[in-house]
Amino acid sequence: MQVAILLWCILALLATAVLAVLLSRRSGATATVYAACAIVSAIACATAFTGIGAVHSDTVHLPLGLPWMGANFRADALSSLFLLIVNLGAAGASLYAIGYGRHESAPQRVLPFFPAFLAGMNLVVLADDAFSFLLAWEFMSLTSWALVMTHHRAADNARAGYVYILMASFGTFALLLAFGLLAGPDGHYGFEAIRAHHPSALYAALVLLLVLVGAGSKAGLVPLHVWLPLAHPAAPSHVSALMSGVMTKVAIYAFIRIVFDLLGPPVWWWGIVVLALGGATALMGVLYALFQNDLKRVLAYSTIENIGFIFVGLGLALAFGADHFQTAAVLALTAALFHAFNHSIFKNLLFFGSGAVLTATGERDMEKLGGLIHRMPVTAFAVLIGCAAISALPPLNGFASEWLTFQAILLSPELPQWGLKLIVPAVGALLALSVALAAACFVRIFGIAFLGRPRSTAAEEAQETDRFSLGVMLALAAVCLLAGILPGFFIDAIAPVVQHLLGGHMPRQSSIAWLSMVPITKDRSSYNGLLVFLFIVASASLAALAIHLLASKAVRRAPAWDCGYPNASPLTQYTAGSFAQPIRRVFGTLLFRARLNIEIPPPGDVRPAKFSVHLEDIVWNVLYVPLEGAVGFVAGRLDVLQFLTIRRYLSLVFVTLVVLLLVIAIWR
Amino acid sequence: MALIHDFAVQGAQMILVVLLAPLVTGLVRKMKARLLRRKGPPVLQPYRDLVRLARKEVVLADNASWLFRASPYLIFAATWVAAALVPTFATGLLFSWTADLIAIVALLGSARFFLALAGMDVGTSFGGIGSSREVMIASLAEPAMIMIVFSLALLAGSTQLSAISQYMVSPNVGLRVTLGLALISLVMVGIAENARIPVDNPATHLELTMVHEAMVLEYSGRHLALIELAASLKLLLYLSLIGCIFLPWGMAPMRAGWSAYAIGGAAYVPKLALGCFALAMFETAIAKMRVFRVPTFLGAALMLGLLGALLLFVSRGL
Repeated sequence: MQVAILLWCILALLATAVLAVLLSRRSGATATVYAACAIVSAIACATAFTGIGAVHSDTVHLPLGLPWMGANFRADALSSLFLLIVNLGAAGASLYAIGYGRHESAPQRVLPFFPAFLAGMNLVVLADDAFSFLLAWEFMSLTSWALVMTHHRAADNARAGYVYILMASFGTFALLLAFGLLAGPDGHYGFEAIRAHHPSALYAALVLLLVLVGAGSKAGLVPLHVWLPLAHPAAPSHVSALMSGVMTKVAIYAFIRIVFDLLGPPVWWWGIVVLALGGATALMGVLYALFQNDLKRVLAYSTIENIGFIFVGLGLALAFGADHFQTAAVLALTAALFHAFNHSIFKNLLFFGSGAVLTATGERDMEKLGGLIHRMPVTAFAVLIGCAAISALPPLNGFASEWLTFQAILLSPELPQWGLKLIVPAVGALLALSVALAAACFVRIFGIAFLGRPRSTAAEEAQETDRFSLGVMLALAAVCLLAGILPGFFIDAIAPVVQHLLGGHMPRQSSIAWLSMVPITKDRSSYNGLLVFLFIVASASLAALAIHLLASKAVRRAPAWDCGYPNASPLTQYTAGSFAQPIRRVFGTLLFRARLNIEIPPPGDVRPAKFSVHLEDIVWNVLYVPLEGAVGFVAGRLDVLQFLTIRRYLSLVFVTLVVLLLVIAIWR
Repeated sequence: MALIHDFAVQGAQMILVVLLAPLVTGLVRKMKARLLRRKGPPVLQPYRDLVRLARKEVVLADNASWLFRASPYLIFAATWVAAALVPTFATGLLFSWTADLIAIVALLGSARFFLALAGMDVGTSFGGIGSSREVMIASLAEPAMIMIVFSLALLAGSTQLSAISQYMVSPNVGLRVTLGLALISLVMVGIAENARIPVDNPATHLELTMVHEAMVLEYSGRHLALIELAASLKLLLYLSLIGCIFLPWGMAPMRAGWSAYAIGGAAYVPKLALGCFALAMFETAIAKMRVFRVPTFLGAALMLGLLGALLLFVSRGL
């Protein structure tokens, strides 16, 4: 029943896409299409929510696709959780877009693809055989690519789209090979059949690496992240939010589905690979984010950081699972899934905020913003909550999932393998470092864009955004607070998923006294977000009351003091670049070969002195530039094949055929 | 009845920390002055400063926003809650399980987040320089602190401060390399977090090297009083933290009765005084370092913490 409803929802989304093509140039099309998307997503979201706790998974077989297999769809606890994340994000984005979409200069380029993109993401999560999965995956990639290319004439967007489509096809190719290995020589492409027989150790390892490439490139694992900070900001803001907050989660889903569900029992060194990649991704992502000036690009890089965080949780779960530490594996997986949910909420909120800023000022460059808290107070408030949540500050939700991950790390000395014993504390240090740097990064964006004095006339004349956008942002901020102060309910909701994957779940949280969060036992560790929140509220009110009763209430407005050197020009404020300068000096010289070029003209010359910062993208230079060169070289060499006679072409085909037959003959 | 008793003890601790905090600041100042053979201000001077600040009107910069006015309350509240959760004279308080050591570190992080934002709110260059350096220092001090938490938690098998401090009085602690490393690292982090010499100078103004004072430059009146009180609370918190982990003797266990609390209190005051004296000695003996030496200093703290944790991952005996 559940799958049927979801498939009808997907059909409705596809119908909306067709409707959007017909309507796109009419006035009112934007509101109609997005309202339809919002309603359908809300229905799908409710259906998914009921499905998480369901005991029996529900399947539907449709006579589409490959004739001997058809298309299979299934919703179990894992897919229901991710369907919930997808559709919650989709409903938020659609509602937001009812207001935001009005400012779109080319609605006919967004409206048809948006519902199709939503349908694609839903289909990936529902698919129950390799063929439908890959088809849906590619559909999701292509529709999101079309959305990235909405403003294809804007500088850099065409390049972003090109890099994205290259990386996306490469990722799908890796997944295709992974499923090929999983299906085995007999071609069992249904997930049920794959689950039934486990590949050999070598094949399993190959599948893991291929999935890390395929799903990891979509999620943004370093070093496959290069497309993400280009493509995510290029799309309209509500699509950026979906790509960053939700589509990366679909990639996480693909990883979990294949590695935890289809691949069979894990081997301990898988954990090392995933942990190392996750830790490196978290630190690199946040450092990149700190040195960007484009608001949306900072958010995209911060997504990479959070993906790293989630992968560390998954890596821990793999390592613990391989060594049969049930409690610890369950804790780590719960932390990863909870963080995936949390990230989808606050990343959507932040992208919506940046979209509101973009509509109000037309600027994404932080160096031209400032003082928006006066002009857009509600947006500023919601974004502040989002920034605090993503910086993992208690009592908000980012902290709850971060705390769970740290608790899982603290269980790892039990692990028997030396490799894991050494890498886990190192990854813990990387995570602690990236969490602290993330707080710095979000102080920086909020402080530069929303506080201070306006740095341009556009920022000075900004207007508060529309009511739909504000409503969605405030609702998401409320979810951030709610998931932070009552994490127990969310953990309990995730429990069936973890039970399904690892055969056990965390102790039931919502029945613990005072609604505390107790992952193992109470004398080991506990955290109570609700009480922390109440204490902070109570002590702040107490302080305010005491001040109100006892202290002077006089307030006088005066020019800023600034140590007696007030300067009227807003240009004397700290900029985004100067704010990051100390951190750039500490971390940038090593990781980004940051160089400061200062040109001071000789005495007597009246030209102004100039300085510029040069950052090198090491990953791009070390990995992608040589790769590009190699591809170019090989293409140049193979160019001769274009100008052969028909006779030679035929012999080439013949030789290939013989070689392939030989391969099969030897293999068998 | 037991619940009321527990509430009373927890409430006493909350009031105690907020009452003692300015005294600690005053004591450090007095000791420093005496070590320099100055007479120094009276020990109770910080209380008078707070009262005087509270009575004065607030001079608010023209473009200060609501965040600027709300921040002092949030900073004070977060620091106060954190300080009230660190055991001072007794362990196992009613709400000690509300937040473990990781959460206490994060609560201080919340306070710093809002302080750094408040520094940037008015849009002056001094505020920006302060915030920017504060987050740089925090980005190294916080992970170092988390590494210390890891070391302690792995030893005690718990991240709860009460459990850690009970473990530290138990006979199976012994002399461990990890504990030494954690102590050194914790002291270094504490110095950086509290903006003390050599990382920052609490007595300076009008100097490009200042960090904390630059952020709060635009504050005045009651807002400044709250921020000063929060800073004192933070110093008290770190002294209590070092005390309850590394000098855990004399602390009253859970529901111990009034005499045990009295002993706990009597043991707490000398611990604080010792901490103040050590801080004053250290501050007079050392010169302030350049801002860009601070990362090396804190990097060392981070590495010591990581080393301590790694040793425990390798062998439980170290």
